[in-house]
Amino acid sequence: MSSPSHSSAPPEVQNGRNVYDGQATPLDAKQTRAPGVQPVIAVRQLTKYYILGQTRVPALRGVTFAVNAGEFVAVMGASGSGKSTLMNLIGCLDKPSGGEYWLAGTPVSTLTSDQLADIRNRRIGFVFQGFNLLSRASALKNVALPMMYAGLSPAERERRARRALELVGLASRASHTPLQLSGGQQQRVAIARALVNRPALLLADEPTGNLDSRTSLEIMAVLQTLNQHGITILLVTHEADIAAYAKRQITFRDGRVLSDERNGAPRDATADLLRVRQRSDEPAPQRQARIQEEPV
Amino acid sequence: MSTPTTQQDTKTPQAQGQTSRAPAPQKKAPAHRGLMIGAGLESGWEALWANRLRSLLTVLGVIVGVAAVIAVVTLTQGTSELLNSRLTGLGTNVLTITPGSTTTGGAAGGLGTRQSLTQDDATAVASVPNITGVTPVITVSAQVIAAGQNWNTRVQGVTPAMQQIQNWDMAQGAWFSDADNTEGTPVAVIGQTVVDNLFTAAATQPLGQMITIRSQPFRVVGVLKAKGSSGLGNQDDVIYVPFTVAQTRLNNSQYVNQILAQVNDANNVDGAQTAITTLLEQRHNIPAGGQDDFQVRSSTQFVQTAQQFSTTLTLLLVGIAAISLLVGGIGIMNIMLVSVTERTREIGVRMAIGARRSDIRNQFLIEALTLSCAGGIIGILIGLIGGWALTNAFSLPFIASLPWIALAFGVAALIGVIFGFYPAIRASQLDPIVALRTE
Repeated sequence: MSSPSHSSAPPEVQNGRNVYDGQATPLDAKQTRAPGVQPVIAVRQLTKYYILGQTRVPALRGVTFAVNAGEFVAVMGASGSGKSTLMNLIGCLDKPSGGEYWLAGTPVSTLTSDQLADIRNRRIGFVFQGFNLLSRASALKNVALPMMYAGLSPAERERRARRALELVGLASRASHTPLQLSGGQQQRVAIARALVNRPALLLADEPTGNLDSRTSLEIMAVLQTLNQHGITILLVTHEADIAAYAKRQITFRDGRVLSDERNGAPRDATADLLRVRQRSDEPAPQRQARIQEEPV
Repeated sequence: MSTPTTQQDTKTPQAQGQTSRAPAPQKKAPAHRGLMIGAGLESGWEALWANRLRSLLTVLGVIVGVAAVIAVVTLTQGTSELLNSRLTGLGTNVLTITPGSTTTGGAAGGLGTRQSLTQDDATAVASVPNITGVTPVITVSAQVIAAGQNWNTRVQGVTPAMQQIQNWDMAQGAWFSDADNTEGTPVAVIGQTVVDNLFTAAATQPLGQMITIRSQPFRVVGVLKAKGSSGLGNQDDVIYVPFTVAQTRLNNSQYVNQILAQVNDANNVDGAQTAITTLLEQRHNIPAGGQDDFQVRSSTQFVQTAQQFSTTLTLLLVGIAAISLLVGGIGIMNIMLVSVTERTREIGVRMAIGARRSDIRNQFLIEALTLSCAGGIIGILIGLIGGWALTNAFSLPFIASLPWIALAFGVAALIGVIFGFYPAIRASQLDPIVALRTE
């Protein structure tokens, strides 16, 4: 019901520092001055049907909403509500059956497969429930991978990958392979990988689904910090207590938007994490992830 | 529900100007995507190294095929190199006349089994135009005794013309004379190998010494300069004695084993060959169209025969190698299909973070190429080692043929591309959503 207000631009961005490499860029400054003039995501009457044999199964039945720069949106809904379909469409992994979708001003619905690949590469950062890191490659190489497809030089790739690992607090683990990292650390590597090409949008699909509640809090704290630095985040989740950390919640049911509400007082993951740590009196912040069976 | 204000924005996105946080125009080509060969090589190598044993077993077919080609080519090239040097040593422009085969009760014997050539034939051949030297040859294998040593060697009765026909140089002494030949003086000219085996051990000078061949004493009048041992029969392992002496004392027969005739110029060889054939047909009363009881061959024909043989051998083994390479290629295709299935999720992830379909295709193509090229290199090394061992075993010269190595490597690489193409295309056609959901 609420309109995303322009005053919601995070104050951290206003110093004009680029969160990705710590360099001031005129681009960010400009964005800060006129935030939300152009939404990062704008979808209008988006529909998606799947053909199963003779029948057309509707997954999305006309969805319209917009997400402005700097927002932190949680997309909620039960299994089969259409949120995964929306995620695939927003992530440019799939093409809509009808309707329009602009990603940062680009009308995406008409692009070719190669153009979509480039969009995914440079405008969208993916964070998955199952981390989806390449198991043989080190954290650094995993983070550098999107830049390879962007055609950056190896030196530039390494520099930016190290910077991104620093950003998620894993600079010291750069040479570790995913198997040598805990679940929470793996997810932070995945977040670094998602950020490394400076995307317009961070798309997180159940990022805490495979993690225990403590590690989930850590990941949410990372996401909140990134959002405070001006990164637009779309988080897909079915857990209400995870969605509580977002500034805005869009709920889906039966392929339609059921509600679109501004969260006036999002929970603070960093504060919650601090509380949990004090209670358990543990100095060590990390714990091995508990891998759960995910609801399909 | 969603806001009307943002709807306004989405309707005219370009009119508002690029103000979101990553406003690079999406259609601009990235700096230098290229084919990502370096990146493909790296990930391909990683994947292959992670499955070392499987990779090795997969390329075994390619390795065997390439190794077989290289080994066979090395062997045949060594053989033809040897033949060329031998034929040069045997003398140029030489016609060899051998008796034909016997036919006993319908069963044809081998070439030279028939006794049809005589010393008179040799004398007649000498009168053919352009012939500069002729010798009849009687060959016996005999145990030779001298200075307490004995040695089994080839003893040939020839005329002094033999020295010129086969380009023999003398190390010591001189070739026996025409007079020795006509008078039947028991003298001998011996090859270096015979010297080594009969005289070097006793540290005696061979010249002037007596040697015993088939209980007949011969005096050594000359030692031949070595032509060099070059495998398959040693040219220096020979003793020459006057023809008449050989005929009467060593091989009591009016027939000769062969007649050698030297032609003055390479251009006259064919003409002389025809003339000798006609002459001998007349002398042997062979009707026109009848079967000759002799054969006249030039050294070029020896080369051709040898080359035909080695070409046949090469073709045969290249055929076997081709089958092996085909099997190897199918092995590569098989393992690449397995690899694509195993790494479906990885492919999905790569697509999600921005790999184009062509990037995925190239990655798997390069992986298949890495596999087959590695097989090619291993095969070339094994083939060269095998070829070296074979040529060494037969005392042949070892020649590594660069064009053949390049060809073998090229074929191996081509196999990687051909058989890697289908799996690579399959990988690139995966649906990223389905691939990401695959466990």
